[in-house]
Amino acid sequence: MSPRRGFPYRAPTWPTSVERPPLERTLGVDYDTAWARRYATRLARAVVLDAVGRPLVRAIASPTVDGLDRIDALPAPAVFAANHASHVDTPLLLTVLPDRFRHRAVVAAGADYFFDKRWKAHMWAFAINAIPVERTRVSTKSIRLASQVLAEGWSLVIFPEGGRSQDGWGQPHHPGAAHLAVRAGLPVVPVHVEGTRRILRRGARTMRASTTHVTFGRPLRADDGEDARRFAGRIEGAVAVLADEQASGFWVARRRAAGGTTPTLTGPGAAAWRRAWALEEGRRAPSGPDARPWP
Amino acid sequence: MPRPGFVLDVDRSSPPTLFWHGEGFRLERLPSGRSRVIYPPEPLDPLDDPDAAVRDALLHPLGDCEPLPALLRPGMRLTICFDDVSLPLPPMRRPDARQRVIEAVLDMAADGGVDDVVLIAALALHRRMTEAELRHAVGDRVYDAFAPHGLLVQHDAEDPDGLVHLGLTDEGEDVEINKRAATSDLLVYVNINLVAMDGGHKSVATGLASYRSLRHHHNVRTMVHSRSFMDQHRSELHSSNWRMGRLIAAAGVKVFQVETTLNTDTFPSQFGFLQRREWEWSVRDRASYLATSKSLERTPARLARSIFQSIKSPHRLASVQAGEVEAVHRVTTRHIYDQQLVPVEGQTDVLTMGLPYICPYNVNSIMNPVLVMCLGLGYFFNLYRGRPLVREGGVAIISHPTPWEFHPVHHPSYIDFFEQVLAETTDPVQIEAKYEEAFATDPWYVHLYRTSHAYHGVHPFYMWYWGAHALEHLGGVIVVGGDTRAVRRLGFKPASTLRDALEMAEDVVGRDPTVTHIHSPPLLMADVT
Repeated sequence: MSPRRGFPYRAPTWPTSVERPPLERTLGVDYDTAWARRYATRLARAVVLDAVGRPLVRAIASPTVDGLDRIDALPAPAVFAANHASHVDTPLLLTVLPDRFRHRAVVAAGADYFFDKRWKAHMWAFAINAIPVERTRVSTKSIRLASQVLAEGWSLVIFPEGGRSQDGWGQPHHPGAAHLAVRAGLPVVPVHVEGTRRILRRGARTMRASTTHVTFGRPLRADDGEDARRFAGRIEGAVAVLADEQASGFWVARRRAAGGTTPTLTGPGAAAWRRAWALEEGRRAPSGPDARPWP
Repeated sequence: MPRPGFVLDVDRSSPPTLFWHGEGFRLERLPSGRSRVIYPPEPLDPLDDPDAAVRDALLHPLGDCEPLPALLRPGMRLTICFDDVSLPLPPMRRPDARQRVIEAVLDMAADGGVDDVVLIAALALHRRMTEAELRHAVGDRVYDAFAPHGLLVQHDAEDPDGLVHLGLTDEGEDVEINKRAATSDLLVYVNINLVAMDGGHKSVATGLASYRSLRHHHNVRTMVHSRSFMDQHRSELHSSNWRMGRLIAAAGVKVFQVETTLNTDTFPSQFGFLQRREWEWSVRDRASYLATSKSLERTPARLARSIFQSIKSPHRLASVQAGEVEAVHRVTTRHIYDQQLVPVEGQTDVLTMGLPYICPYNVNSIMNPVLVMCLGLGYFFNLYRGRPLVREGGVAIISHPTPWEFHPVHHPSYIDFFEQVLAETTDPVQIEAKYEEAFATDPWYVHLYRTSHAYHGVHPFYMWYWGAHALEHLGGVIVVGGDTRAVRRLGFKPASTLRDALEMAEDVVGRDPTVTHIHSPPLLMADVT
């Protein structure tokens, strides 16, 4: 074949005199994920998740799971709202969720990141049952889709921070998760994930095995007349308490929460190096009854 | 919503244009800045429930006509005539439109207690259909119920006992048609209208006529004065048939006309690229094109021909109307125009056309050089309303392999016409005057027409006359990629490539001529202003 063959070996050029119709958008929030929720796909995903995902996550992340008893009696579906520090968070959460949620859960994933290319969209829709959500602006399409899957009985795993942590500290919560829960009338389970940043931090190319902690909180429901923004604040506070509970122990965290002195997830409002310093300090000297000295 | 037809002004960004080339395709680059391509409208939406539509048409006829059941009674003679194998193109997937209509008519005839029913294939001077072709057209149920009892017959234009002379028109034209049809209490004609020329009074006046009758409008003078024969108001062919049709009605023949139109969804999905505009070809279209064209290049011609001839078109019924002939045909024509008409501004110096493997006269047969001429200059050239697409003195460039090859059973008189007549002259007037009579009355050709599957001896003459208007109008005809000897025998100039042909055309029409390409099939009709 000669090096430069044109049409029909290559895509046709478009005549100048012909107006191009608007391209049909099939990626991003417009990607159709319905196929990933069909029975055959669910079955294939369950096999992959249980036969490959769980052993792999155990080998790499060695998760310790707390608080499952708090959601023992919780019926599906529900919204699981967790902090987000690493790509490992999603497989970790999907493998530690109780069975009744795990095999019927969708993951809200950034449309701009996970659904920007066809192969990525196919891969994430299959592997983690991702649905596209708009992170940078309000999208009625993604809200409609998420509400629809919740109404169909699917649970939703969502990271209200809207993306992975930049520096290890958390980010303020967007009200999307709260809005969806209010709209669907479903409870929100606050979840705190610790340690995944040590395995694969933002920007890192390789993974390093480490230990992780997943703490489930008590399900929260929006109070009568409570708007999504206010509810989002409560969810963020609940995750912060779980973080404190993981770092300092249940009782210390509980007392701090009662006194309104729970450390924030977002860290001190200071220069970047001081935030990093504070984060490292916290890691070096964990406190509370669960704190164990090296080794 | 199907898109209407479209005229592309070719520019440097335009991709190459698809040309049919017999049992193959070519992608050709047309000169930018002075070329245009006429794309047909997209296929119209088909009828949701064709059987219900057929029944509805029979129950609610157009014009001065009673519903079909009211015309049916015990003891009557009912004849159902239907179009032959030349329609539609390519043959449509089962069930054929004729089968749907005939079965509905027979249902009503059975309810009306009609015993004397005969079905006649309206062949005119075409070849007799084979059993398989008849079964395809009318369906197995109808065939098995009528053919074994001799009640499904084919019109014989040379049977002296099977014809009846109904008189002369005001213009002195003999009207002689099938006796059984003419002497029935009711003649139901079931038609498929593929182009605007089909149907109307032409169905009976031509389809059931004899040579004695047909020669009055199938002649050079009529063809030259039909501009075009797709435009009823400017077609002498149409006028002649209308005169005959009215005489047939005046002679007491009661015709209940059922006309159907099909959408232009002409080829199966694996040939989807044929019906798409090149710049809209998807990866699948390009892959199909490459796979098809590359394999056809390596396929023996005979095999390629049988592959293409086996294609059954996914045509769907777009409309059906029944009743009084002229009222029905007015509606049918409107449907045809809705599907095929493309507004085009101005004429062109050079008209290019890629001819496919099929025309009305080579279904399950060979497209011989005479038929290439007929399809190009008879049909494609005449697909206009208003003015011809190409200016007077312009050039037509035809892309077709034009093999020197004939079907010995179907086209015996074509062989002699090509070998003897065209070797001497290609002038339609001379041909008509000098040779027509001999071929038309040759006993051997008559015998083959009546007993075998041969076109009538005079048929190749008619094919030649079909192009008479174009031959008179054009300054030259060039065939790209054709058999050189065969092309020269037709009186045309051969060229290896389109580029060569365009250069040769400049000798006739001058430098940098305007070029217009008909992107067809599917069929289109240019409304030239």
